[in-house]
Amino acid sequence: MSTKSRRFMAVDILLLVLAILPLVAVMVLKILTAPPAEGISITGAQVYFTLDTPIQPLPITEAQVNSVAVIITIFFLCLYLTHGISATPVTKRQLITEWIVEKCRNMVKENMGDYFSGFAPFIAAIMGLSALSSLLSLLGLFPPTSDLNIVAGWSILVFSLITYYKFKAGPVHYLKSYAEPVPFLAPMNIISEIATPVSMAFRHYGNILSGSIISVLIAAALGGLSQIVLGWLPGILGEFPFLRIGIPAVLSLYFDIFSSLLQAFIFATLTMMYISGGFPQSEFEARRARRQAKKVAKIQASKEKLKNRS
Amino acid sequence: MLELALGIILGGCAVGAGLAMIAGVGPGIGEGNAVAKACEAIGRQPECKGDVTSTMITGCIIAETTGLYGLVIAILLIFVAPRQFVNVLMETLAK
Repeated sequence: MSTKSRRFMAVDILLLVLAILPLVAVMVLKILTAPPAEGISITGAQVYFTLDTPIQPLPITEAQVNSVAVIITIFFLCLYLTHGISATPVTKRQLITEWIVEKCRNMVKENMGDYFSGFAPFIAAIMGLSALSSLLSLLGLFPPTSDLNIVAGWSILVFSLITYYKFKAGPVHYLKSYAEPVPFLAPMNIISEIATPVSMAFRHYGNILSGSIISVLIAAALGGLSQIVLGWLPGILGEFPFLRIGIPAVLSLYFDIFSSLLQAFIFATLTMMYISGGFPQSEFEARRARRQAKKVAKIQASKEKLKNRS
Repeated sequence: MLELALGIILGGCAVGAGLAMIAGVGPGIGEGNAVAKACEAIGRQPECKGDVTSTMITGCIIAETTGLYGLVIAILLIFVAPRQFVNVLMETLAK
């Protein structure tokens, strides 16, 4: 018994270490490669190296590396949370996991209806990825969500899902939906179709990026202010920015924690709304019923043929 | 002459960024209205606070979109555009 539990503990610790390791690795990478900063500057993601592809050189940036690290972290966290799961809950961990799963299922069912209840894992994945990516700024790392490329990738994924579900009720119905209410407005409909992923990407990216820019600006302003107010102190005391201690943390509470979690929730909510809203449920069911009727009629016809032959 | 051209580029970018942020007026008014109505609704029926709040947040987010377009344009104008415009100017001068 004791050997089994010891083995269980060892696997537990291994999974936790594997979950934290990518973040530590990314931090070390950042410390090793960060260029010496003079004062406060606002720059985009740092380019680590450039891959030579036949079409165009592909730069591998901090944002991509960080998002891969977040994906690995979430993978091992999920393994850790579901490790040693049993039919009768015995650990706190299992209760937490069940609570998360239950919440996600309920949310998806409430927002998307019963037809889309299989979407819960996808929504939970997008939410967890977005939240953890934005929260990376708490560790002083570059949050991948403040790079437009990463968020645009997610919103293109969501856009293809929306289009797939619109297409599901039949290509004719999909094409007809562009000519509503009058065919004359088709260009407007196409623009509003494209605006969906663009606005989703811009919303997420703009919120996170503006939060980090405002934080940097306020840190700079506090540095200058403390030099004016406390600059008369002798020696190194005069140069040390005392006002920068503690005050930016209050802002970080809003910009880093509240805004990040809210944006993750919003991205997931919008995904659910757009996918379930674009799906023409009544049309889809009518088409399915027509097909079923056709099939039944065919079977009936072949049966009658057999009867006639005999 | 080059100084004048650079000045026009940088000044134009800064003024444009400021003008782009006028887009923040609309969402401000709209979200204010939405939150005021939500407060009224909660005051009238405190038992449906959760539903009202989540609906309000979703509506606010949709209303925020135009303001965020302005914000993104302003950010691009300040951090990305000047370098590109100056590059274009230098290329034309080099010809």
